[in-house]
Amino acid sequence: MTHIVVDPVTRIEGHLRVEAEVDGGAVQNAWSSSTMFRGVETILKGRDPRDAWAFTQRICGVCTTVHAITSIRAVENAIGAEPPPNARLLRNLIMASQMVQDHVVHFYHLHALDWVDIVSALSADPAATSQLAQSISDWPLSSTTYFAGVKDRLQRFVEQGQLGPFGNAYWGHSAYRLPAEANLLAVAHYLEALDWQREFIKIHAVLGGKNPHLQSFLVGGMATPVDPDQQASINITSLATMRKLIREAKAFVEKVYIPDLLAVASFYKDWAAYGAGVGNYLVYGEYPDADGHNAPLYLPSGVIRDRDLSTVEALDEAKITEYVTHSWFEYDAGDGQGLHPSLGETNPNYTGPQPPYERLNTDGKYSWLKSPRYDGLPMEVGPLSRMLVAYASGHQRVQELVGYALGKLEVGPEVLFSTLGRVAARGIETLVLAEKLEGWLDELADNMGRGELRIHDNSKWDPKTWPKDCTGAGFHEAPRGALGHWVHIVNGEIANYQCVVPSTWNAGPRDAMGQPGPYEQALVGNPVADPEQPLEILRTIHSFDPCMACGVHVLDPTGREVVKVRVL
Amino acid sequence: MDEASSWFMRELERRGVSRRDFLGFCGVMSTALALPRTAGAKIAEAIENKEKPTLVWLEFQDCAGNTESFLRAGRPAVADIVLDTLSVDYHETIMAAAGHQAEAALAQVVADKPGGYIAVVEGSIPTGANGAYCTIGGRAAIDIAKEVCGGALATVAIGTCAAFGGLPAASPNPTGALSVADAVPGLKNLINLPACPANVENLVGTVVYFLTFNRLPPVDRYRRPLFAYGKSIHDNCERRAHYDAGQYVEKWGDEGHRTGYCLYKMGCKGPVTYQNCPSVGWNEGTSWPIGCGHPCIGCAEPEFWDKMTPFYTHLAGFPGFGVHSNVDRVGMWATAGVAAAFAAHGFVQLGKRMAAAGDKAPAVESKPPRKTDKQEEGELS
Repeated sequence: MTHIVVDPVTRIEGHLRVEAEVDGGAVQNAWSSSTMFRGVETILKGRDPRDAWAFTQRICGVCTTVHAITSIRAVENAIGAEPPPNARLLRNLIMASQMVQDHVVHFYHLHALDWVDIVSALSADPAATSQLAQSISDWPLSSTTYFAGVKDRLQRFVEQGQLGPFGNAYWGHSAYRLPAEANLLAVAHYLEALDWQREFIKIHAVLGGKNPHLQSFLVGGMATPVDPDQQASINITSLATMRKLIREAKAFVEKVYIPDLLAVASFYKDWAAYGAGVGNYLVYGEYPDADGHNAPLYLPSGVIRDRDLSTVEALDEAKITEYVTHSWFEYDAGDGQGLHPSLGETNPNYTGPQPPYERLNTDGKYSWLKSPRYDGLPMEVGPLSRMLVAYASGHQRVQELVGYALGKLEVGPEVLFSTLGRVAARGIETLVLAEKLEGWLDELADNMGRGELRIHDNSKWDPKTWPKDCTGAGFHEAPRGALGHWVHIVNGEIANYQCVVPSTWNAGPRDAMGQPGPYEQALVGNPVADPEQPLEILRTIHSFDPCMACGVHVLDPTGREVVKVRVL
Repeated sequence: MDEASSWFMRELERRGVSRRDFLGFCGVMSTALALPRTAGAKIAEAIENKEKPTLVWLEFQDCAGNTESFLRAGRPAVADIVLDTLSVDYHETIMAAAGHQAEAALAQVVADKPGGYIAVVEGSIPTGANGAYCTIGGRAAIDIAKEVCGGALATVAIGTCAAFGGLPAASPNPTGALSVADAVPGLKNLINLPACPANVENLVGTVVYFLTFNRLPPVDRYRRPLFAYGKSIHDNCERRAHYDAGQYVEKWGDEGHRTGYCLYKMGCKGPVTYQNCPSVGWNEGTSWPIGCGHPCIGCAEPEFWDKMTPFYTHLAGFPGFGVHSNVDRVGMWATAGVAAAFAAHGFVQLGKRMAAAGDKAPAVESKPPRKTDKQEEGELS
């Protein structure tokens, strides 16, 4: 039995450590640990709830919109604010464009190097690469000259001798299987996607002033005025800019991302047998297509248990609990129970080894993440969960695209429960949303055209209009999955704040019953050809798109101070 | 001339670059990385001796927002920076290597290039729980910072967390988070590029500065380059005329809001925030927060999470609003009174929250509003 430690897990957001036992060329047991804690929820206590979105937004700068959206929804839910239709549309545009941009960046810049051998691209024939490119897409950048140029640039980079961010990697590893030409194609698109993401995300500057960390969110609506006749508002020029960006984004997803995804996947079909994980999938649902509390969601909510696509259960938020049995926190009534987030306690209690350390004590507490459970079960969240719930719920476009991808790869739906399925689901979701964006833009334009210019519910802006004591919850589908915030407001100030984030669901440690979290379960059975170069572990972990800066838990409901602060 | 060096000269010729241009480039690079002028020669020597300048980017208590901002670089594009300009030997978010291979890459830079690499730090550095609030490869962030920044030619603290402690250090600072300057005291050649996140234009802007004036940009007392942080948001704000005219947004979405009136009354912290957002914009000049209708939240200032909050309460000391006020009076009053009242405002809010959190004293020192000073103009120590 070989014990492997991967720390830091790179090409993710935040700080993740994986320990695994490998025997017979496969992972037998694995542990996932988050090694960073900031205490954002503690910092929120006593503050104005209208400010909370800006604080929680900084939980993550990669999915830079998600904690802001969830926070304003939680506070609106608590105080009874009703955002007008334009706010819903502006938020949908922001959320879905975040999803599209984030997924493409994940595929090319965070995940691709697990499948693509850059060094192998040096032996590619540009003419053959051109043929390959033109056989899978009509994307115009596909000539022999173009790929020769990319190869030349790569050649000079490597010859110069400093590999920079590409140094010390696993190039030449036996698990890399793409032909040289496919590798060169991927390198070209890695570079194109760097430019693409910078251009497309300008839609966030139009809608939010800047990216990262957009600054147009408000409890009760949005701060971006809309008025076709004003220079200082979202006007006809802004609409035209956004339309151009959306169409270009859709073209890139259709003609570059999806063809690349299918081409790469066709060489790695065996990865449909690995990385299944816990087999339970949870989705809060997202993108309200109408106003009001029970508005239909474009991507539906639901729960799937044990890979049974014949039944999508209605989600019951009351069934969510969090455990700290193996987390560096303690509960007043003991660590064997789970607590609902609205009653969540978080007393940080580091019992791990003193740094510098070699090994975690995985029999005891070993992570800054808690272990969320639904009805006592670990749940996977994220694109695969969303696409499975949508597919099983009869979502027409998702069914078409899943069918298309499976057909291209000549495989059945059972392959979806895997590392490869997770990668494919992310691509399908990107296309579904890239196609949807322009419709919301049209709705916004329609509203503007008929003089519907409201962006905010002013009636609840003044804290004097709020109940003295109120609680609320906000839910969102972030790129990495189901995200929930719970807030308790007393006399206009935050009394308690709790976040249960996607990477807590996916990356959390074992619970009181000893059930592994989704990362931990997904790694079991994963091949490892060379324990010194655990490339295959990265494949499965990256397929979840970890986003770790979430070890943020906090205060008990009585308001007792739980952290002894050293004032520095 | 060894093989690598001759490769380099051939490469220059191939690109039509003269030696004079090359030395100019090295000077530019030294400034892009906020190095002393003498470092230009060092970089030239290093490159001629076969190497691109080495940069390592450390992430501690961060959200990767500054990394994302870096990925938005368009002039030059991030791909050009990473492939052609610098050797980014360690950056967890983009590097291919993981685990001990990644750690080995960092260790190699520190061992092989003492005093010869650039360290960029993103995120604050926790001191609580004996360092266990942030570990990488089993090592405490503060130990890594001391070793890596301590051995660097220069350190750039990017974003408000690294520059000033930022969000994790906001009251009550649960993890004992520190800025780079406080975590690694006595660090030479430290440049702060705060904001949440830092605008990548200000990294690039440093290059342009040197190209134009052939010297290092002067910095203020918070070690921020003056060209980017030397004037208040308010001074350059496109809505300043409305402020002077007493025309204010009263409610979100009202006619004044749609017309682009001043956001002062909605809580704008532009008058006490020093950054160049109004002049350079974000995402290659596409827009900026006030431009899209939301007040400035003061994110480039020390302790802004405590001093600038509540974000939607207007700064204290403002004399009154509306078109009935005498225009000159409003402008003068506000300019003089607001800055003076700012420290008290921040301090009161902080004290209030600290009391709510059960602490006896503010966790951070209350500082008076800064003036534009040039005490560190010219080369850094």
